[in-house]
Amino acid sequence: MKRKNDRKAADMREIKVEAGIIPNADGSGLFSFGRTTAIAAVYGPHAMHPKHRQKYDRAVLSTYYSMLPFSTTERVRPGPSRRSTELCKVIREALEPVVYLEEFPKAEIQIFIHIIQADAGTRTAAINAASIALADAGIPMKDLVTGVAGGKIEGEYVMDLEGKEEDASVCDLPMAYIPRTKEVSLLQMDGDLTKKDIQEIMKMCVSSCEILYKKQKEALEKRWVKR
Amino acid sequence: MSVIKNNRDFVVPGAEIVKSMDYVPGRNCFRDGESIIAKRLGLASIDGRVASVIPLSGVYIPRIGDMVIGKIAEIQSSGWILNINSCFDAYLPLSNVNEFIDTKRTPLDKYYAIGDVLYVKVVVVNGDSIHVSMQDSRSRKLYGGRITTISSAKVPRLIGKNGSMINLIKEGTNSRIRVGQNGFVFIEGGDINLAIKAIDLIEDMSHTDGLTDKISDILKIKPPKQEAPKEVPKAAPEKKVEPKIGQGELHEEKK
Repeated sequence: MKRKNDRKAADMREIKVEAGIIPNADGSGLFSFGRTTAIAAVYGPHAMHPKHRQKYDRAVLSTYYSMLPFSTTERVRPGPSRRSTELCKVIREALEPVVYLEEFPKAEIQIFIHIIQADAGTRTAAINAASIALADAGIPMKDLVTGVAGGKIEGEYVMDLEGKEEDASVCDLPMAYIPRTKEVSLLQMDGDLTKKDIQEIMKMCVSSCEILYKKQKEALEKRWVKR
Repeated sequence: MSVIKNNRDFVVPGAEIVKSMDYVPGRNCFRDGESIIAKRLGLASIDGRVASVIPLSGVYIPRIGDMVIGKIAEIQSSGWILNINSCFDAYLPLSNVNEFIDTKRTPLDKYYAIGDVLYVKVVVVNGDSIHVSMQDSRSRKLYGGRITTISSAKVPRLIGKNGSMINLIKEGTNSRIRVGQNGFVFIEGGDINLAIKAIDLIEDMSHTDGLTDKISDILKIKPPKQEAPKEVPKAAPEKKVEPKIGQGELHEEKK
């Protein structure tokens, strides 16, 4: 199988990572895999409103994921949809294990994620951007979270599928990974894979995540260490 | 026994600072097995046996003994609620006020009304409940003036070593300035707009070298003489700065 731009099966698309791109937010980040670009802004921790959503012993992590109308070839109707509601949930659950929510009882931490350009892999790009934004906002965390998706095309395992490849792939397997503790905080599977397939793809995801982890740290360092 | 990060090294959450049981985790750090890991983005600090992180960003998290500037947001039957630029509001109970107030005869807003600005001390921090007190010689109500905000992580930078930076701004603008540990800055008299401009510049450029020169430039005054040695950049260690903030005296306008 031949990939665009002579990309090898285990290679990701060109990665762009930036921190601190939104001055008005407490923390922000940009992450892109090739043409898939996510921006994330973090506000808080601040008082949780409405009050009935407060948790008495910890903060509430609110995630908002949206694809901008011009992000794909077909216009995306603005506002929440079935898909974006699901993504908010999985992104929140991928990030929650690393955030010290118990340090801010009754407070709220908001993460706004916008996909400004989509070409498959938006949820993993969103997780990467959000984790940079959280760190940039000075939120106490156990580690950064990284994410990447894998798949299987013509019997070959490939990393970071783009739109057209995703259609050709028998399966799409996005995964979020916490590198320091070697934990997986998100694993979804859309399609059919054997047990061996999953193991192989997850192994590839882990090594890709290690690369992403390094890039995330570099981006944060670039933002905060002497301009 | 191994120290992985040096003093003042940049760390991100999850970065290992020390791998040894000879050290203990301090602020913004936690222990995982043998290692001490950074919890927040900032600069590593190893002081004796304590490894900690000096944060570079983030909202103000109150600590007992901090002197903060608060705005009265709400009046309750037996105290006031203050906005202290944190994720939690602070409570000023009647018992923490110097005056005796007979609540049957006097409405509380005779003393402090909504919108009033107070310089208060944090006396209780318990989860989300923060109590402040006026029973401190430094506490007072602040009249007139304007409030500007700076990130609380940059407060040490705004004050500078032994108050050098804040004194520079006071000198250049003839303003009386009081800095709360929470990032609220009260400015009164003199060229307030210029003072705010200088404070905003510190907020934007806090992690660069030669900040004193840049501030001197916009204030159009000569930089102080002791400038000679290239000082340690970025936020000064909080400890050294605290007593200066504590003094919090209102410097009289200089002619």
